[in-house]
Amino acid sequence: MSETDRVLIKGNEAVAFGAVDAGCRCYFGYPITPQNEVPELLSSLIPENGGAFVQAESEVGAINMLLGAGACGVAAMTSSSSCGISLMQEGISYMAGSHIPGVIINMSRGGPGLGDIGPSQGDYFQAVKGGGHGDHRNLVLAPSLAQECYDFMFRAFALAFAWQNPVMILGDAIVAQIKEPVRRVPPAGAHKPKDMSDLARDWRIEGFGGRGQNAVPRLLKSVYLAEGALAERNRLLLQKYTDMRREALFDSEYTDDAELVVVAFGSIARIARSAVRRLRDEGRKVGLFRPVSLYPFPEEALRLCATGRRFLVIEQNTGQMVEDVRLALNGVSSVLWHGVMPGLFIGAGELIDPILQAVKEKS
Amino acid sequence: MPEYQDVIIAGFGGQGVMIIGNLLAQAGLEQGFEVSFIPVYGAEMRGGTANCTVVLDTRPIGSPIVREPLSTIVLNEPSLTKFQPCLDKKGVQIVNASLIDKSLVSREVNSVYIPANDIAHRLGNVRLASMVALGAWLQATDALPLKAVQEALNRVVSAHYAKLIPVNSSALEAGWNFA
Repeated sequence: MSETDRVLIKGNEAVAFGAVDAGCRCYFGYPITPQNEVPELLSSLIPENGGAFVQAESEVGAINMLLGAGACGVAAMTSSSSCGISLMQEGISYMAGSHIPGVIINMSRGGPGLGDIGPSQGDYFQAVKGGGHGDHRNLVLAPSLAQECYDFMFRAFALAFAWQNPVMILGDAIVAQIKEPVRRVPPAGAHKPKDMSDLARDWRIEGFGGRGQNAVPRLLKSVYLAEGALAERNRLLLQKYTDMRREALFDSEYTDDAELVVVAFGSIARIARSAVRRLRDEGRKVGLFRPVSLYPFPEEALRLCATGRRFLVIEQNTGQMVEDVRLALNGVSSVLWHGVMPGLFIGAGELIDPILQAVKEKS
Repeated sequence: MPEYQDVIIAGFGGQGVMIIGNLLAQAGLEQGFEVSFIPVYGAEMRGGTANCTVVLDTRPIGSPIVREPLSTIVLNEPSLTKFQPCLDKKGVQIVNASLIDKSLVSREVNSVYIPANDIAHRLGNVRLASMVALGAWLQATDALPLKAVQEALNRVVSAHYAKLIPVNSSALEAGWNFA
């Protein structure tokens, strides 16, 4: 394999390249560490590709610009980090309520409050349970490699337009700032940017758009005041969220004969992978299950490998994904938990003892 | 060449910690390794402390964060104090003798004690000290050929500073010859 097609770039830069290669036409955002390389690079890439780059006056401005672009059927995105994403929640809820697609990057930081700029997975609940008001869900993908930052942008835009729904990429300071070799080649089976505008043809706001003077005016909205209208809307959303389950994605290693399966996502999953491999080399029967989509959660796949195995959830927060793992397994297997506190940089060595402890612990 | 190598590079902001980390990762990539480079900044200001971790592996890299490194390059005293105790027992540290008192260097630890600033000064620019230290690291670890790293300078140094590539290349060689 030629080395010239591998470029050494940050996860943030991979997001930016992935976005334009996947057909993103507009970017709106407001600067915040640790995701600043995303807007920095897109501020030249997007105009070069004939799109619009806007540094908004605030995150609230940015998310409403994204809502507007999405309503017009334009592939668009924003990016921010934790506290900035909190500011966007009202707009994300409006997008979900109005069936408007858009891609939102959260290269999260430690919290709560202003926290720090170190690694954290504290935004799991906010990302996968909707985050904003009202019943809504975001499709959520969690990259753990710079290459996935590139590849997942294609999937993110495809999902946003297929489901007319906000899609969130949930990363952290590690995957955002790491430099790794990345191949800038669309992943196998990736959609063409044209597919997105085709999908939007039937609903996008475009005036009469050449549809003739008698065409029915289009309206995308989230307000339903007539009797029974909101219930009907929520029934539709519920159906959509149920159908979305088929988009669940996961990754696993050594689960076939494992007695203990570690469940971890994002950057912590790759650190856990090193620990699991080290223990495998010592003959320990441990495996790794990594949810790649956090919503929908790959509960079916997790259930399929549950029988006769115990689980240890490792995440960098005070206990969030462990709830989804317990719900998925519903008492079939015992589920232990090890929390890494937000803000810490940990290596694989720090996970060896917690995993060994869980191996020994009788259910 | 070892199948796996990792290094923590640490010093003051402005000493060239990030540039030699990038250079090493780029050279590793060009030699066909899987590589990762991850920076850790303190408060983002000139003179603050900074470190980065580079991993070179023949297999896909799991953890890019290393807490017991196989090697370190420490360019100032606070970095020695911080990372000397973490070094793997079989590890090696490259210590900048120009800025670090020898009494602080543990006798238990395999060390290359190199006056990187002084060598850089003799080459005409004290800012080459990090390159000198990287050259010594290459000699001590056998992680990559010196030539591969010199060649990678062409990809890591921006066009604006291209005229400085030859002197950086000499600095790498000076460190290599010292170690």
